[in-house]
Parts: sequence; C-alpha cells; structure tokens
Amino acid sequence: MIPHASWHVATVSDTRQETPNARRIVLEIPDWPGNEAGQHLDIRLTAEDGYQASRSYSIASSGDARSIELAVDRVPSGEVSPFLVDDLMTGDALEVRGPLGGWFVWRPGQSSERPVQLIAGGSGVVPLAAMVRAHRASADATPFRLLYAVRSPDDVFFREELARESDDDGPGAVRVDFVFSRRTPEGFPRPAGRLTRDLLGELVLLPERNPRVYVCGATPFVEQVLSWLRELGHEVDDVRAERFGGS
Amino acid sequence: MALITRGFGARGHQRDTRLPPGQTQVEDWPVLTAGATPQIDPEVWEFTVTTEDGNVVRWDWDSFRALGLEDFTVDIHCVTHWSRLGMSWRGVPLDRVFEHVETSYDYVMAHSYGGYTTNVPLDELLDGQAWIAFEADGEPLEAEHGGPARLVVPHLYFWKSAKWVSGLEMIPQDEPGFWEERGYNLHGDPWTEERYS
Repeated sequence: MIPHASWHVATVSDTRQETPNARRIVLEIPDWPGNEAGQHLDIRLTAEDGYQASRSYSIASSGDARSIELAVDRVPSGEVSPFLVDDLMTGDALEVRGPLGGWFVWRPGQSSERPVQLIAGGSGVVPLAAMVRAHRASADATPFRLLYAVRSPDDVFFREELARESDDDGPGAVRVDFVFSRRTPEGFPRPAGRLTRDLLGELVLLPERNPRVYVCGATPFVEQVLSWLRELGHEVDDVRAERFGGS
Repeated sequence: MALITRGFGARGHQRDTRLPPGQTQVEDWPVLTAGATPQIDPEVWEFTVTTEDGNVVRWDWDSFRALGLEDFTVDIHCVTHWSRLGMSWRGVPLDRVFEHVETSYDYVMAHSYGGYTTNVPLDELLDGQAWIAFEADGEPLEAEHGGPARLVVPHLYFWKSAKWVSGLEMIPQDEPGFWEERGYNLHGDPWTEERYS
C-alpha cells in the first residue's frame, strides 16, 4: 500500500526545452515524501475563475529529494500540456498529488537475478528514464537495456543522461538502442523506419534470459509491442505496461 | 481554497455539469490496462458466480446472453481524469444474474481472464447500476476495451468496470482488488474524487 496521496504545493524552480515539443520542468515540493522510479503524479491547475484541470504525468526522477523533474510533451489539442510546455515560468506555483502507482516501478538493490529490459515509445521514455537514472545513481548491478523508439534525433528526451550510458564502457552501463521512425542521425547503422517484430527481437534481451520487461508509450505502440513480445516467446503476463493517449 | 496558477485558463471554459470534479471530456476511448491484453474466444468464454461454500452458478456465452440483453446509455469516468459522456452500451443487467444466485454475503470480488480483480459492494451492482456488457458504440467490444465481455459500473471510476470479466466471487467483507491494493481507493466514487487510498 502506498502512503496516502495528498495535494502538495509545488513551485517551478527551473525549466528548459527538452525537445522542440517538450519541456523539462523542475518542481520544488517542500513536503514531497519522495518517490520510486516509474511512479507518476497528478498536476492540478486552477484558473482565476476557479476552473480546474488535472492530468497525470510520469516523474523523470526518483529518490528522497524534495525536488522532482518532469518532462512534458505538448499534446497539440490539449489543455494542460500546452500550458506547461509554453507558458509555465520559474516561480509559478501549482498543485501536485502523489507519488502514485506502485506497479510500474523499479527498485534498486532488490534483485539482480533478472535482467531488465525497458521499451519506450516517444514520450513514454519518461518513467523509464527515471529507472535508468536510479540504476546509475545506485550503482545497481542488474543488467539493463533500453530500446527507445522515437521519431527523429530532435525528439530524443534525456539526451545527456542516455549519452552518459552509451559512452560508458563499464559493465554497469545501460545499453541504449534507438529506433528512429522518420529520420536518423548521420552515420546511424539502420535506415529510418518504424519498429518491426524482427527489430524488436534483435534489440531486446532474449526470452531465455527471463528479463523483467517494462513497456511505456501510446496505447497502439504498447499493444503492438506486447503482441510481438508474445510471438517472440516472451512471458507477457508479467510484462509491466503503462499506456497513454486520448486525454 | 485551491491555489491559483498564474496565467492558466485565460481562454475561458464552459464546464459540462455531467463531468465530476477533475475530469475532462474526451471523444475517443483511451485504453489503460496493467499488463497484456488477453484474447478470449466466445466459444470458451464462461461466466460464474461463486457463493458461500464454493457453490458455483455457471453460464456459457449463449445461456448468459439469454438472461436478457438491454441497451443502456451512461457516462464513464476514468481515474486518469478523462470521461466519456452519453456512451451507448448493450449488456445483461446484473439484476438478471442475481435472480439465479442465493447468497447472504454483501460484497463482490470481480475476477477477470488474466487475473485482474476489483471489489464492489453488492448493493452497488443491483437496481440497474451495473451490467455485463458485450457491445459499446454499437459494435462488439474489442479485446483492448475488455471484450468479449466486461463489467460496467458507470457510477464508480472505470477501473471498477473489470475488462475480460470471468466471474463474481461473493465475499463476506470488503477486500481490496488489484488496483485497490496498489494505492487506489477501495470504493472509487468520481463525484467525491475517491481516487486514491
């Protein structure tokens, strides 16, 4: 049972452009109880006239810190995300409730018997990036791999954090594989194209290694990946999946 | 008194009174599931109600639907803040099911193919408050939306409306199901925002 989730006042302490469509937002929350890698929160915005809107967002950071990071993608027809990406400024205050979710989480130091395979579609990388960062921060020995399906190099979230893994030759580094659907960086070994079942089979840990698999992305992406994983011989009943879309 | 966020809401809004607090209306139908999507063939589908002492009342696809299908139109509210208003469904009201069940227990644990569970008090499933639905928007329920059959309890948050429902287990006291054990509210009333425990 997670502790009682209540509303907290959060102050924006920093923001920066994550991609042309997304923004990294750092929130200071004096009474934040800390959170695990993979959890999410609700954000509530209140207008002068009392109108309120709330949305759920994955948290890109984890641990005991009173400062947390989000990376928010702009949903063009949305009501909350365009405000967060385009209008929110340092010093602004909003309300958050959380941390939420005790299922789609990875805890360092728990068990390194099963390697971990993370599979991200687009902005679904956010909770998985929290896991990659927690893995590094704790120097956990669990073998980790991340498959990140994304439109183009410009759309990559957590560029520095992921480069740090790719540039590290040590055994503890997370292996990061990209699949670019529209455009690849120069010299990339594969042409641009959507993820296929064959490519998925090539880029994820083999079923024989009994990986703990986390998949996060838009609903069609997650459904497609789950059915391919099943066809590739993975035990999909214990795959942890987080879907988003529609709202 | 809620905290006002500078600059938010300048565009002006008209709020539909059918929307509970914290909800936004959507026109499409988002999918949220904890794991993989089970594929269940109506040929092998069955529905059971398990009562005291392990007594089981059992129906197959045809006999269950023969209990009496009806059309109903309801609003649904997901805990992730979306609502769909005026959605049309077709299914068997649980009142028809419980005409064939003898029980003195007051609580129900719904079970699904794939292992999902969720708890609901019995008196919130009767009197036209809940259905086992086979169609939505005029089409057979797709697997990703819980087809071939799902529980629909529209007055509670939609995680209570178990997808791929396989049966109901009568229990003497209220107990948490899958999401309720993971921090979600035991009851789940959208009008009082019973989202989390």
